[in-house]
Amino acid sequence: MFASVRAKSALLSILLLALFLGGWQIAATPTAGTGPALDPEYAALLGASAQQGKQTPMPTPVDVGLRIAKHLEAPFADRGTNDKGIGIQLAYSLARVLLGFGLAALVAIPLGFLIGMSPLVYGALNPFIQVLRPISPLAWMPLALYTIKDSAISSIFVIFICSIWPMLTNTAFGVAHVRKEWLNVARTLEVNPLRTAWRVILPAAAPTIVTGMRISIGIAWLVIVAAEMLVGGTGIGYFVWNEWNNLSIANIITAILVIGVVGMLLDHMLGFATKLVTYQE
Amino acid sequence: MTYVSIEGIAKRFKQPGGGVQTVFENIHFGVAKGEFVCLIGHSGCGKTTILNILAGLDTADDGVLLVGDKEVAGPSLDRAVIFQGHALMPWMSAIENIAFAVSSRWPDWDRAKVRAHCQKYIDLVGLTGAERKRPAMLSGGMKQRVGIARALSIEPKMLLMDEPFSALDALTRGTLQEEVLRLCAATQQTVFMITHDVDEAILLADRIVLMTNGPQAKIAEIVVNTLPRSRTRHDIHKHPHYYAIRNHIVDFLVERSRGFASAIPAGYDPRRPPETSPGTLRAAS
Repeated sequence: MFASVRAKSALLSILLLALFLGGWQIAATPTAGTGPALDPEYAALLGASAQQGKQTPMPTPVDVGLRIAKHLEAPFADRGTNDKGIGIQLAYSLARVLLGFGLAALVAIPLGFLIGMSPLVYGALNPFIQVLRPISPLAWMPLALYTIKDSAISSIFVIFICSIWPMLTNTAFGVAHVRKEWLNVARTLEVNPLRTAWRVILPAAAPTIVTGMRISIGIAWLVIVAAEMLVGGTGIGYFVWNEWNNLSIANIITAILVIGVVGMLLDHMLGFATKLVTYQE
Repeated sequence: MTYVSIEGIAKRFKQPGGGVQTVFENIHFGVAKGEFVCLIGHSGCGKTTILNILAGLDTADDGVLLVGDKEVAGPSLDRAVIFQGHALMPWMSAIENIAFAVSSRWPDWDRAKVRAHCQKYIDLVGLTGAERKRPAMLSGGMKQRVGIARALSIEPKMLLMDEPFSALDALTRGTLQEEVLRLCAATQQTVFMITHDVDEAILLADRIVLMTNGPQAKIAEIVVNTLPRSRTRHDIHKHPHYYAIRNHIVDFLVERSRGFASAIPAGYDPRRPPETSPGTLRAAS
């Protein structure tokens, strides 16, 4: 029964995809028409499509498929500043995300532990967290650029600042809500605080902490595209903006797909980590 | 010889409207080395608080806890607790739960020694073969067995049990009660246990402390169990003292636990709650 439901939903997924691609193909297929005649000199200046009196055409799924295949042929080719392979751009973005996210984890998890264990620290830091958390990470960008004076580090800082909050609040919540019984067991066994934190509190709060990390990496991946559009230079976000300037819609769609797939992979990785640390009571 | 004694402890709570609610006060009793003492009383009289004070998990607002004539505060590996809800760590297997306790007791033991020691207690409580299972894979009775093994494995001077069998079904409870009886007899364990099951108290305890209802709960009296220590669940009710003791305690729980505070018997001294032996009384009359 279960398997058949899965098979049916897979079939339905394929059907929906086929419908979508078919509709797109039909909608995007150029209709032969004669546009307003242009001054030939002006048309020569604008390029081939303008010569035919048309807008830049929306690419068909076939166009996009061909473009993806072309990107996959040499994803790491480096042909100068404005023509790097999509793999290189992706690697830049991933490196920034992982660096910013990693630094945020290094700060958020120990700090979350402290907040979760000490009502005093919680009370003292809570107002700051309340104010800082809802700030859009991109609002930090000008301040980061001004103080850090380096666009690459600034984008890492933006990732850091946006991934810190879910990890911080989830860690604090998980640590504060460890079952009293387990802590009492550790107390009656005269376990020192460090060992209690490592052997009891960390495993007890791990599912909540990893869930926080999962939310954080999702947000970080959303923000990196926008941050790279702003700072430019390298990265998948810059790639999207650069292709917009090139009016290469096929490349933009390729990048959108790639962003989605990578985001899904990141999420699945942390989903898998959640499974590893989840315990059944 | 008294191993642990409680002298004049009290627990009070501030009430929201101001004023102080006294849960219990002036509680005095002792547990001798090798003795099994049960505390029986209705819910809300502060039984668990008394056990937590003995365990060092809670503090008294008055009075002291003496262990071997020394005042103590805070938990100790000498007093192991068997918790009501087993309190096993769900991310550790049965043997890891016990090993956590063993390596806390003897931090300098190597892995093999800890393992061998744990296995000994796993075998003792009859869990051989289930060492690697997580608590979620074990039945309620098996979980509590792990809890018992964990408490015994640190070879404590005293065992504290907070209604350890109350969450179990009747069959499992009976089997576990007999095992606890056997284990405690074999190791000459000093035990303090909380229960609200009269038969359990008579089966296990040498002395049964009767507590009145809260607030301001008191120890009304201490019943000496005159049944021979070789008793079992199956023949306990055949002993001539059994019903006398049982009726005495049931009478207390049904009637006197409520009205005790308003009709304190003449000569009652909370420092020395009267010891009674309903078994021999009935037999003598």
